[in-house]
Amino acid sequence: MKELNIEESSGTLKDREVIYGLEERESFLRKLFSNKGAVFGLVVIILFMLTALLAPYLAPYKYDFMNMPNMLTGPSAKNLLGTDEFGRDILSRIIYGSRISLVVGFITVFISMTLGIFLGALAGYFGGWIDYLISGITDIAWSLPVSLLAIAFVAALGPSLVNLIIAIAMVSWAGFTRVVRGQFLALRESEFIQAAQILGMSNTRIILKHMFPNALAPVIVLTTMEIPKVIIIESSLSFLGLGVQPPTPSWGSIMSAGRNYILEAPWIIVFPGIAMAILVLGFNFFGDSLRDTLDPRL
Amino acid sequence: MLKYIIKKILLMIPVLLGLTIFIFLILHLAPGEPVDLIVGPNATPEVYENVRESLGLNKSLPLQYTIFLKNLIKGDLGRSILQNRPVSELIIERFPVTFKLGILSLLLSFIIAVPIGVIAAIKRNTYLDYISMTGALIGISMPTFWFGLLLLYFFAYRLGWFPISGYGSLKHLILPVITVGLTDAAVTARMVRSSMLEVMGADYVRTARAKGVHENRVMGKHALKNALIPVITLLGMRVGWIFGGSVILETVFSIPGIGRLIVDGIFSRDYPVVQGSILVLAASVLIGNLIADILYAVVDPRIKY
Repeated sequence: MKELNIEESSGTLKDREVIYGLEERESFLRKLFSNKGAVFGLVVIILFMLTALLAPYLAPYKYDFMNMPNMLTGPSAKNLLGTDEFGRDILSRIIYGSRISLVVGFITVFISMTLGIFLGALAGYFGGWIDYLISGITDIAWSLPVSLLAIAFVAALGPSLVNLIIAIAMVSWAGFTRVVRGQFLALRESEFIQAAQILGMSNTRIILKHMFPNALAPVIVLTTMEIPKVIIIESSLSFLGLGVQPPTPSWGSIMSAGRNYILEAPWIIVFPGIAMAILVLGFNFFGDSLRDTLDPRL
Repeated sequence: MLKYIIKKILLMIPVLLGLTIFIFLILHLAPGEPVDLIVGPNATPEVYENVRESLGLNKSLPLQYTIFLKNLIKGDLGRSILQNRPVSELIIERFPVTFKLGILSLLLSFIIAVPIGVIAAIKRNTYLDYISMTGALIGISMPTFWFGLLLLYFFAYRLGWFPISGYGSLKHLILPVITVGLTDAAVTARMVRSSMLEVMGADYVRTARAKGVHENRVMGKHALKNALIPVITLLGMRVGWIFGGSVILETVFSIPGIGRLIVDGIFSRDYPVVQGSILVLAASVLIGNLIADILYAVVDPRIKY
């Protein structure tokens, strides 16, 4: 860490409050956007979101438009990124596929975040046996690979888009629980919380209004770092055939089909992978910069 | 020390129990009866009931779990529906493949990542740091299976240097190990760098410098040694990532490991195989974490037992 150790540790809470102050919010944004990585990341994310939103207008063909005589052709003026085994346009399928990646990424992380925050708040605020129980489960969920647990869920529920979201969300909340629990444990004994309790405020109100805002910064950072992970897991499971089913185009399922034609038509695999790497890179750049700006210790 | 290790091992028991309950529940609360898959849609109700009874599925869930646990302790994971062989036999056959790949990948990853992370930290905010950390960020943004497919395309299909699929010789191992080793190195290098940076700001490093110790010695003896301690914990975490990733890696390279066993089991709805393999794979991840925890205590004398 930096040379400013003393200042940093004593200034923790103050820094966080500064972030939520009205005038200081501007300086936080200025700080964030003076970082080239953050700007690059945000631009990439917004471009992909626009692509997903405007897919029907941007895609040269419909994602399931087949043109058999034109199958497995390389990149050309007609099909910029080539065609697949049914003569479908790869570029159009990648454009539509961005919808799956973003929808799965955002919805899954939203569910796992809600679940994780809820469990973390319970454990950190009430302590005692509730904390013991929740922490035990969280430790198991944390130490096991998410992709493996998600595969177990999909194996039981059957492959589909909804089951995929449920599966990943049910196994990826542990990070949020740990962060929120840690923050709450630290705050529980602080004077302002005790004061609120003595004033007779309800637990719900104390948790939501007084404790949670203090845990917001690490939760936001974790969220931006979880989304790209989930996007990669979605594509991995779809690649295995355990996620989104054809003919719906997901980057993973496009690559899965392309595996059989890797020698004749490598573009079917190469381009969806590049699209995904750029989007994930965008999230990672943005998440890294956000972490450095908001919370250098996370 | 011994007491600490025993305590850590004893603490694993409830964790492993929790894992068995979790895996058991997921696969038993699944909609649809596994019996349907065995007897087919045209079976008479008697046949159906007989199969249900022979599988023990007519008993209550807690009772089924106790039986499952008892058998598990005896090393009996049930029989594969498709291959009609004990699941434990299949796992013993496949596990060494996954294990070997995992260890070699981990080794490659650390050989690459530790020097890069350390150099990036020492040369902080120089072009060397920026290049290696941007490279690492690109590395963690690539899906592993896609990177594997690209390597497969260029080095196996195009150049013909390596076999396209299968397992057996050293040549079969090279591409999968490079795939996992390189992508994992990206994550590890970032963590080595931040761990090294943290140590470089510590008081004892400043003291060493103030004493007039030569800079190489400060970095090599004082900083690096301490920076590598958290890296050991990381080792445990990476084991989980690598074993979890084996499912997809073994599919890409057609390697007959335990990950492949799980995927094939899911598609043929061979639930005992899926249940047993996931359990063994997850348990080995937990044991990997345990070993890392113990190593951590062995290496760092500041940890109190």
